[in-house]
Amino acid sequence: MYPLAGAALMLFFGRKLSNAVISAICVGSVAVSFFFACGAFLQLIARPANQRVAQVILFEWVPAGTYHLQSGALGSFVADWGFLLDPLSAVMILVVTGVGLLIHIYSTGYMAHEGGYYRFFGYLNLFMFAMLMLVLGNNLLLLFVGWEGVGTCSYLLIGFYFHRKSASDAGKKAFIVNRIGDAGFLLGIFLTSAVLGTIRFTEIVPALTASHLAVGAPVLTAIALLFFVGATGKSAQIPLYVWLPDAMEGPTPVSALIHAATMVTAGVYMVTRTNAIFQHAPFAMEVVAGIGAATALFAATIGVVQNDIKKVLAYSTVSQLGYMFLACGVGAFSAGIFHLMTHAFFKGLLFLGAGSVIHAMSGEQDMRRMGGLAKKIPTTYWTMLIATLAIAGIFPFAGFLSKDLILGKVYEHGLLLWLVGYFTAGMTAFYMFRLIFLTFHGKSRVSHDIEHHIHESPKSMTIPLIILAGLSIFGGWIGWPEILRGSNHFVHFLAPMITSVQEARVPAAEAAQAHLGEIELMLLSEGLVVLGILFAWYLYLKRVDLPEKITSHIRGLYRLVYHKYYVDEIYDTMFVNRTKDLATTLGSFDNAIINGVGVDGAGWLTRYISRVSMWWDTWIVDGSVRLASRLIWLVSQVARMFQTGLVQTYMLVIVIGVVGFLTYYFWVLQHLHS
Amino acid sequence: MIPVTHYIFLSLALLTIGVVGVLTRRNVIVILMSIELILNAVNINLVAFSRMFGSVHGQVFAIFIITDAAAEAAVGLGIIIALFRNRETVLADEMDILKW
Repeated sequence: MYPLAGAALMLFFGRKLSNAVISAICVGSVAVSFFFACGAFLQLIARPANQRVAQVILFEWVPAGTYHLQSGALGSFVADWGFLLDPLSAVMILVVTGVGLLIHIYSTGYMAHEGGYYRFFGYLNLFMFAMLMLVLGNNLLLLFVGWEGVGTCSYLLIGFYFHRKSASDAGKKAFIVNRIGDAGFLLGIFLTSAVLGTIRFTEIVPALTASHLAVGAPVLTAIALLFFVGATGKSAQIPLYVWLPDAMEGPTPVSALIHAATMVTAGVYMVTRTNAIFQHAPFAMEVVAGIGAATALFAATIGVVQNDIKKVLAYSTVSQLGYMFLACGVGAFSAGIFHLMTHAFFKGLLFLGAGSVIHAMSGEQDMRRMGGLAKKIPTTYWTMLIATLAIAGIFPFAGFLSKDLILGKVYEHGLLLWLVGYFTAGMTAFYMFRLIFLTFHGKSRVSHDIEHHIHESPKSMTIPLIILAGLSIFGGWIGWPEILRGSNHFVHFLAPMITSVQEARVPAAEAAQAHLGEIELMLLSEGLVVLGILFAWYLYLKRVDLPEKITSHIRGLYRLVYHKYYVDEIYDTMFVNRTKDLATTLGSFDNAIINGVGVDGAGWLTRYISRVSMWWDTWIVDGSVRLASRLIWLVSQVARMFQTGLVQTYMLVIVIGVVGFLTYYFWVLQHLHS
Repeated sequence: MIPVTHYIFLSLALLTIGVVGVLTRRNVIVILMSIELILNAVNINLVAFSRMFGSVHGQVFAIFIITDAAAEAAVGLGIIIALFRNRETVLADEMDILKW
């Protein structure tokens, strides 16, 4: 709740406050949230494993409305404003508030010289609030509220530099693409409510059991697929991933917080949260795994050829999210969440490091104009190197543990998906080290103007980097696999959340197949990763001329990948332009029919009527008035001739009158006598 | 004894001269004098009939009229002087400001 207060304060009064006060309030509110999250987590840990669920229902939000369920029974729709704390949401709030806090601190340094400081922190706090709402909501509708909240904040923050057209376009793109997914999610919620009669997470599992729906029932598959459509929108999976790379137009801390650590993982969280439904829909699971794997590979190939440091990280994020969905798809939900957590650490760190590099380079983002920065900004270099090792999956960094957990599970599931994941891991190592080598090693390709200004970032930026680096190394150790004499606390911690379906999803025969042990798998992927790193080292440090030659050899393919498989262009022609065409058609219809016949017609009619009315007014109404006045004028013209103003004329008239009267008088008298 | 008819005719002649004078002369002073003539025509009538009926009332009336005529002439001349100051004329046909 504290970030909401912070956000409200900022957005309403922020303009007047000084930067120091703003940072104190905003960072403080997130810090308080983090503190409480830790408290909640500790309380949860203290309880016995089977009672780790705390639900607080504040009030009924949408009051009960009864309706008939699909099965014919009477159900009632209730959505309350309540919060659910269980191991899953506990992990999420820790990640969200923890990484969020570090990024807030980092932002005070990064945004120090930018305009709209209060606006930035206001949005950031609003985002924190919405994200906490998302992970703490105890029903699907409340989750959806948070879901939309983070979407809005994402839009606001991507378009933070709203004076730049590309930034506001990217914001719009993110918003619209997300809407497509949200529509699916919302339909999924409706369907859940119609089929199961509840949208409360704690009641979904009992409702599922009570409904006697068979595993793989079409309606459950439909729900799961609709949810997954929502997840592809938010978590940038094929086919809705296109907004995430463009979202890099936002300030770098935003990319780190929203587009790496927290918001994009909301889809993974949602799928895990509703895993009961997914587990009942094997086909949907296959789709999730397939899409996840495809996205992972697809985005990794694009990431290999990008030159913008943030774009590389963006595609890497898409690829890693693919991993998480791959994990969910094969039923390893806790592995997905584990990777989500470690990914939040190292990808947040990578983005913050990239921000630090950009900061040092006075805004330059093109890796081709960097190089040799390692000595100049050592803190950034070392922390980024750690993060890169982590994402590449080098033992014993966090990424290794989570990624190999996923790959191990995927291997149990099927060979093809494993191969894709395995190959992607190698590519990840390759393109991440390409980033490191291009940015920090080799000869400096920095222009002279910028070179003078290169400086290490302020403490407020480097300290979060160092903390995150620590987390990238050690954060994964809570999920130390059993095979390496660990106890894998993490998976056990989450285990109560994952509904196990009483059906051997992997046929026994397949499980019995001789497959490689976990250790062999780890060694295999380590080998590939090292190979990827060496390859990157060879291409970008040892033989700097080689990449040029290779790209010219396979120019067509390179072009294709460099332009992101022209997916944006295809979408443009397929959807965007069709929409525009539709809009144009509708526009011309509007012009011709609505405007032409309706509005213009009405206007013409009114004008015509008014013209008649005007004629009547001028000639009949005014005419009669004027006629009257003209008559009076005429009369007065005659009358005024008598008024000469000369006394003598009047006198003459009087005399004539008197004489006339007397004459008449005497005449009458005479007649009377006679 | 002169019959009363003569007086009446004299009076009628004076009245006619006065009226014609008022109507035809342009000079306001002459018009004023013509008005005096008309008044005096009345006086002659009054005195004549007073003699005829042997009553003194008519003669008293005539004396009042003479007094009145003197006062009237004074006022009239005052008006003429005021008019002359404003319009620098004493001609009646140039004073048409009664017309609007």
